[in-house]
Amino acid sequence: MHRYDLIIVGAGIIGAAVARECARSGLRVAIVEAGTPGGGITAAGMGHVVVMDDSPAQLALTAFSRGLWREESFPVSVEYASPGTIWIAADEEEMAEVFTKKETYARAGVHSQVLSAPALAALEPNLRAGLAGGLLVPEDGVMYPPAAAAYFLRQAKEWGAEMIAGRAARAGEGSVSLDGGLRLTARFVLLATGMDCALLPAMPLRMRKGHLVITDRYPGFVSHQLVELGYLKSAHKVAGDSVAFNVQPRQTGQLLIGSSRQYGSDTVAINQEILTRMLQRAEHYMPGLGAVSALRIWTGFRAATEDKLPLLGPAEGLSDDPTLWLAVGFEGLGYTHAPGAARLLADRLLGRASAMELEPFLPARLKGSAAGKALHA
Amino acid sequence: MPEAMPEAQCVQIYLNGMPRQVARGTSVAAALLLHAVPCRESVKGTPRAALCGMGICFECRAVINGVAHRRTCQINCLDEMRVETQR
Ligand SMILES: Cc1cc2nc3c(=O)[nH]c(=O)nc-3n(C[C@H](O)[C@H](O)[C@H](O)COP(=O)(O)OP(=O)(O)OC[C@H]3O[C@@H](n4cnc5c(N)ncnc54)[C@H](O)[C@@H]3O)c2cc1C
Ligand code: FES
Repeated sequence: MHRYDLIIVGAGIIGAAVARECARSGLRVAIVEAGTPGGGITAAGMGHVVVMDDSPAQLALTAFSRGLWREESFPVSVEYASPGTIWIAADEEEMAEVFTKKETYARAGVHSQVLSAPALAALEPNLRAGLAGGLLVPEDGVMYPPAAAAYFLRQAKEWGAEMIAGRAARAGEGSVSLDGGLRLTARFVLLATGMDCALLPAMPLRMRKGHLVITDRYPGFVSHQLVELGYLKSAHKVAGDSVAFNVQPRQTGQLLIGSSRQYGSDTVAINQEILTRMLQRAEHYMPGLGAVSALRIWTGFRAATEDKLPLLGPAEGLSDDPTLWLAVGFEGLGYTHAPGAARLLADRLLGRASAMELEPFLPARLKGSAAGKALHA
Repeated sequence: MPEAMPEAQCVQIYLNGMPRQVARGTSVAAALLLHAVPCRESVKGTPRAALCGMGICFECRAVINGVAHRRTCQINCLDEMRVETQR
């Protein structure tokens, strides 16, 4: 008899959300974390809970997950709010995309509203003049990720999950062995290790570096999460470096300025050239940003897959071990996806019916993928 | 104090809109302390004043002539300067 039904390796927002979901569904859960819970990629990102429509599967999972975010009743520490996203159209070509995007969202049951140029200027007076308009998605959220992860973890423990501090040296075949020798057994082992592929080098993940800047407090300077629509063209193409205008208002009045995407850099060091391009892009959309005072700049890594969808479910195709499951590869959407991914995994583990399909996310689809080979060969 | 000082050695500034005289060469942080005006309020609304006095801690930020988050311990009062509590 195994001690646990499920051992989760990694207590980032993903591991924490899965632990809570499984523990409250009655599974005996252990979570193994080598560092500070929520201190991995989860401590590095923006905290935007956003519906995205790169692909039908992404649209389905982001919309499903955002619905779950909205059902939570968070403590104030999580700073959850729904300022909404405004996708900004710089010119008429992008304005045409606004209408397409609205229709796509509507088909998925996601409410949005087209903004004319004057309506956009009225909502966000610090944007530059001459923009074409935008799309407001009012139900998108903003939160503070490490606090959300801590909250999921606290609830997981309340439902009986056990937190175990230590690094998993080996995982699979129904067991996890920690540095130092402790061996835990379970029916299933789930890797929620962020971008760390050490436990399963066949995970087809690439690191995509990003820069973020947090400013001092400027309450009212920005009221919605503002993202240039060109983001879809620049940030979500699979290859190459890119920057995009992406500014988020924090509850303190601080502004979080992004974003950049870069392959091929594995140091946390700030890249001055990319940072400069990113800030120039921000100033191009919002000239007043040139005069604000920045407090801190940092970088983080997104764990990217070839098709921009996460790896969720049995590791079949990447491993012969039937006890091994994965929840990795969330790229820039891991916060958004966390509750939805957790729900789908718990459904599958328990044999429950799901609100949506897990199939598009099954790891087996990326068997023999180029990214996996290039990185781990 | 300022009243007793010859005109030439004084500058006139405005603290939250109130005209005030301070000795030429007074830092804005000192002027705020002298007149018991907080330089800023914390996120939770509690008043703050200068701490290190040497440009390191950023506790002394205030709005000077409309520009937010200036470190007042590093800036001297000039005639007609307008200083506002940073909120
Ligand atoms: C710049 C940037 C901006 C972002 N902005 C957003 C955003 O606005 N919205 C959004 O939805 N997403 C965003 N993301 C993505 C999001 O941050 C990630 O998808 C998410 O944090 C991934 O969480 P995770 O739990 O998978 O990984 P992590 O937080 O890295 O957790 C993995 C954990 O596993 C532990 N671990 C690894 N190996 C072992 C081992 N062998 N033994 C024990 N423990 C181990 C690590 O210590 C770590 O704590 C952003 C990412 C970046 C980089
Ligand atoms: S008092 Fe410390 S920076 Fe001014």
